[in-house]
Amino acid sequence: MAAYVIRRLWQMIPTLAGVILLIFFLFNWVGGDPAQVLAGKISNPEQIANIRKQLGVDQPYWYQLWVFVQQVFTFDFGRSWSTNEEVSKILLTRVGPTLTIMVPVLVIETMLAVAFAIMVAYVRGSLTDRTIMVICTTAMSISFLVYIIFAQWLFGFKLGWFPVQGWSESFSRNLLTYAPLPVMLAIFVGLAPQLRLYRSFFLEEINQDYVRTARAKGLPEKKVMMKHVLRNALIPILTNIGIYLPGLFVGSFLLEVFFSIPGLGREIVTAVNRSDFPVIKAVTVYLAMLTMFINLLVDVLYKLVDPRVSFK
Amino acid sequence: MSAVLPKHIPVVREASPGLWALAWRRLRGDRVGMVSLAVVVAFLAMMLASYAGILAKDWNKERGVSYANPAFLAGAENLEAKEVTHKDFGTQAKPVDLSDIDPLAPRYKEWEERAAKIAVTEVKRAETLPFGGDKWGRDVLEKAIKGSEVSIFVGLTAALFATIIGTVLGALAGYWGGRVNDFLEWFYNIFTSIPYILLILAFAAVFKKGLDTIIVILALTGWTGIYRLVRAEYIKHCGREYVKAAQAIGASHFSRMFVHILPNASHVILVQLSQHVVGFIKAEVILSFLGLGVPVDMVSWGTMLAEAQNELVIGKWWQLVAAGASMAFLVTAFSMLTDSLRDALDPKLK
Repeated sequence: MAAYVIRRLWQMIPTLAGVILLIFFLFNWVGGDPAQVLAGKISNPEQIANIRKQLGVDQPYWYQLWVFVQQVFTFDFGRSWSTNEEVSKILLTRVGPTLTIMVPVLVIETMLAVAFAIMVAYVRGSLTDRTIMVICTTAMSISFLVYIIFAQWLFGFKLGWFPVQGWSESFSRNLLTYAPLPVMLAIFVGLAPQLRLYRSFFLEEINQDYVRTARAKGLPEKKVMMKHVLRNALIPILTNIGIYLPGLFVGSFLLEVFFSIPGLGREIVTAVNRSDFPVIKAVTVYLAMLTMFINLLVDVLYKLVDPRVSFK
Repeated sequence: MSAVLPKHIPVVREASPGLWALAWRRLRGDRVGMVSLAVVVAFLAMMLASYAGILAKDWNKERGVSYANPAFLAGAENLEAKEVTHKDFGTQAKPVDLSDIDPLAPRYKEWEERAAKIAVTEVKRAETLPFGGDKWGRDVLEKAIKGSEVSIFVGLTAALFATIIGTVLGALAGYWGGRVNDFLEWFYNIFTSIPYILLILAFAAVFKKGLDTIIVILALTGWTGIYRLVRAEYIKHCGREYVKAAQAIGASHFSRMFVHILPNASHVILVQLSQHVVGFIKAEVILSFLGLGVPVDMVSWGTMLAEAQNELVIGKWWQLVAAGASMAFLVTAFSMLTDSLRDALDPKLK
């Protein structure tokens, strides 16, 4: 096990190097001269040269790359180009609100999706099953934007059940007052695709021989579904959650933009609009690292769920 | 030997149906699939008609009053729908008299006379439009048709490019294996270790805005799933006998990859293409909404939704419905068509 983890960590190095190269290529090469953007319309060559020197973009590329690598490992990306706030501070303060929204979303959504999926898979082919599947397909094809615009108008503006938007300093107030509407929206939208996917996972298991054996030896249906089918279907479900996890930190940036939640997602959208490269670079690198670790974690978790899995 | 065999055994040469003929036959039997195909084709025809200038040519003309009611709600009260005419600009309150210090003051008289000579034709604006109007009195139905042009075009081209990139890289990795595979897998790992939406936004940050940029961004970030599937297909097919036979008769590597194996993987690619069109249409709408997409002088479903957000508060729901419904309609049909395509092309499934 330890050997496996170490080997996996070792294998991350080339990927991480690739991510750093890709981001460097994008922002320092494709992105063009940031001084032109920052100096604005009224500028003279002297000013631009000054800014270039300040940002270090007058240095050769290999040196800039070296600086970038140092930034990644010292967690010091300097200051934001537009607000002059420290990038590390921006990241740390924005993670909280995003997780306040996304952790409840993940927990509730997964539980609901698994519960509904096992029920629908059990009555597969029936009218209930087909109706739910059609509803899912239709619900999935309406843009997330339409749901948000409509729900914000209906529940926030018209009915006044929830604040239209906002955020406070207190965690409990955020969780109980500001978070419910965005959380419900995210669950409502995320449920349909997950339900469809998990249903197919369950169907795959239900048709296996071991299920027939379990029934043949007289196990009650409840035990067959909950103990045999559910445990086996957990493996692909776990993989799927693993794929979703890194996205948790970007949050649903659309929700954050609409509901003025000061989270990472909104920060990124703002940074993209302002060409605030240090912020985007930092977020991208660290989320890529996080994704790699989560993937490793999921692979280790497999072992716990499924004793057949061996660490090759 | 008295029994003489007939010289010619009449051979019944009925060409056995190929993969595509069989798939088409199965698809035709699928009622849901055919209906969705019809809807998708109708949308494509609408998009082409709008591109050719047959439909919605005058979408940019401000023909109605501001926020004109839809025709079926003609009687409803509409406070915002006041006539905006050129006269309004003249009846504004007189500005403070600055003629003493205003260097242009002596010339105002002359300009007024000159302006009076130009005939301004007052266009009578319609009180209602078939499906309502937007802030500038443009018909939202025509806007939705014009918007389909951008959204569908972006979805189709981006999906096509992403599929080409994914297929070529997947074919290379799966066919050659070894170093090539290692290198491309490394590349794949890099792209997939960055959350997808973040990757799109990072690309959007460095490129200039525009229609072609969206297509490039979506294609450059969206090829990974197709790459993986095509690679798996190629690994599977590489050792098969027909490929060995092709090698024996002297088919080149290129010919084996793209003439022999590709048609056998094409059903996977087609389903992926169809799936990506749906995904990219949705992505374009969101990017345009965020202002990272189409320029302001163009209309897409995303920019319509962006306007609709503020209109809903004052009770003007028609733009939201027009853009949201046309998109939902197309996307539902396209997803169902994709499912039917998959069933038709891969009968082993189910």
